[in-house]
Amino acid sequence: MIFNEEFETLPREALEALQLKRLKQVVQRVYHTVGFYRKAFDDAGVKPEDIKTLDDLKRLPFTTKQDLRDNYPFGMFSVPMSNVVRIHASSGTTGRPTVVGYTKRDIDMWAELMARCFAAAGLTKNDIIHNAYGYGLFTGGLGAHYGAERLGASVIPMSGGNTKKQIMILQDFGPTAICCTPSYALYLAEVGEEMGMDMRSLRLRVGVLGAEPWSEKMRQEIENKLDIMALNIYGLSEVLGPGVSMECAEGRNGLHVFEDHFIVEVINPQTGEVLPYGEEGELVFTTLTKEAFPLIRYRTRDISRLMPETCKCGRTFVRMDRVSGRSDDMLIIRGVNVFPSQIESVLMDVEGLEPHYQLIVAREGALDTLEVQVEVSEKIFSDEVRKLQDMEKRIAKDIKDYLGVTAKVKLVEPKTLKRFEGKAQRVIDKRNI
Amino acid sequence: MKVEQISIFLENKPGGLAQVTRVLKERDINIRALSLADTTDFGILRLIVDKVQEARDVLKNEGFTVGRTEVVAVEVPDRPGGLHIIVDALSSEGINVEYMYAFVERSGENAVIIFRFDDTDRAIEVLQEKGLRVLPGEKVYRL
Repeated sequence: MIFNEEFETLPREALEALQLKRLKQVVQRVYHTVGFYRKAFDDAGVKPEDIKTLDDLKRLPFTTKQDLRDNYPFGMFSVPMSNVVRIHASSGTTGRPTVVGYTKRDIDMWAELMARCFAAAGLTKNDIIHNAYGYGLFTGGLGAHYGAERLGASVIPMSGGNTKKQIMILQDFGPTAICCTPSYALYLAEVGEEMGMDMRSLRLRVGVLGAEPWSEKMRQEIENKLDIMALNIYGLSEVLGPGVSMECAEGRNGLHVFEDHFIVEVINPQTGEVLPYGEEGELVFTTLTKEAFPLIRYRTRDISRLMPETCKCGRTFVRMDRVSGRSDDMLIIRGVNVFPSQIESVLMDVEGLEPHYQLIVAREGALDTLEVQVEVSEKIFSDEVRKLQDMEKRIAKDIKDYLGVTAKVKLVEPKTLKRFEGKAQRVIDKRNI
Repeated sequence: MKVEQISIFLENKPGGLAQVTRVLKERDINIRALSLADTTDFGILRLIVDKVQEARDVLKNEGFTVGRTEVVAVEVPDRPGGLHIIVDALSSEGINVEYMYAFVERSGENAVIIFRFDDTDRAIEVLQEKGLRVLPGEKVYRL
């Protein structure tokens, strides 16, 4: 099903004309309203008037997550705060999230794109959508919520956690669709089974799952355990939140990027060179219609490739393959973005700790686990067990407080962690997903 | 009247303890008393040895995290109620014991209890006031 037939099936030529018109507008606007872009364009020797074709986009400089941090919190906003109606944030460095803002029109646009996603999953106003994405600063909860309402479906604003209650509601309210991370979908299935429920007999028929990388194997497992069709949704808070691209129920092969609102490129992460369709590289997005927080050539660090072949669903939008990895060292643990450098800065704030640590990421059942191994230096060593255990607890609490992720801290003997020359490999990811 | 104890951080993995005992054996260092405190993930080996400084240096060279703590050794007759005399004395003065362990002297007549206190000086004062035998370090290393 197609929510916005007119735009989602625009012939490529008309679509590209629309993209160019919108690109010219957004480039003019950011140049005149955001100091960061004016300086970046000037440094690159490019003026908004130089953008005459879509191909000229590659003359513009990239925007990175570091740029967003440097302009924390509101430095990249393109409208006065009086026009901003919503603020979200994603986890960032210690105490420094990435902040994004939305105008009334941005929220409307977002709701429409999320409604398009639900429609692409075959949902209508007759569906009941169980929304287990977190509500709050995270974009997932409210993003999906507004989209479900725009579609006219009945939305259950569950948010995350409280798994047994979620299962009760799945059983009693009979939702036909669920939104959550793929690992949480699996976890719900497992907990339900433990409670002696037949999770395949629920009324659920569709899962709109995202916010972390997953595989075809995991899709099959979820579909099998919950007897649903599981579809992949993509988004990131900097670009919009969920609803940047979505798999269609007809094709189930790649996610349609809503190209009337975004231009997507794939680049070589080392050289920045734009790669042709089909080649794998880093996804880069330019927002065409966002008012409060427009982004020009934002480097997502997500690795994927673009598939231009026409899809049987009728949409003319290019598809992106499921994200296969990252071009940086960011970890996604139970849907929370964590950089090893963030953990390092938490550890370095603990007096006496050596900068030698290792992160072990694994999956127990359906849930990710994070173990932080820290070497015991003489400065933190004690002959009393209690003091060492207090140290472990304190580090775990700091990580939870700053990064929002639960970690098990394990003290290890000095020099047992591998030493690195050059770039350290701090992470051992044992997840086989 | 204090005794120097060394403590070593050990992960719970096979061979960890053996590495410590091998190093001590090679240097001809004799262990007088020991205790091992353990949790699910790690252990703390506490040792009283005849050559404190040397033991500490070689273990550090082997890459271990080694700490040094002052503890108190108290001698009591090896018979029922022996320990109670000491603990009773300490508790009546409100002195807190962090941990303790014990061994029996070679003669078999006396037991030696090793105590770790929060306030070591005050504890020694109390023990001596109560007429208990606090052993000097030199004596314990040569026991």
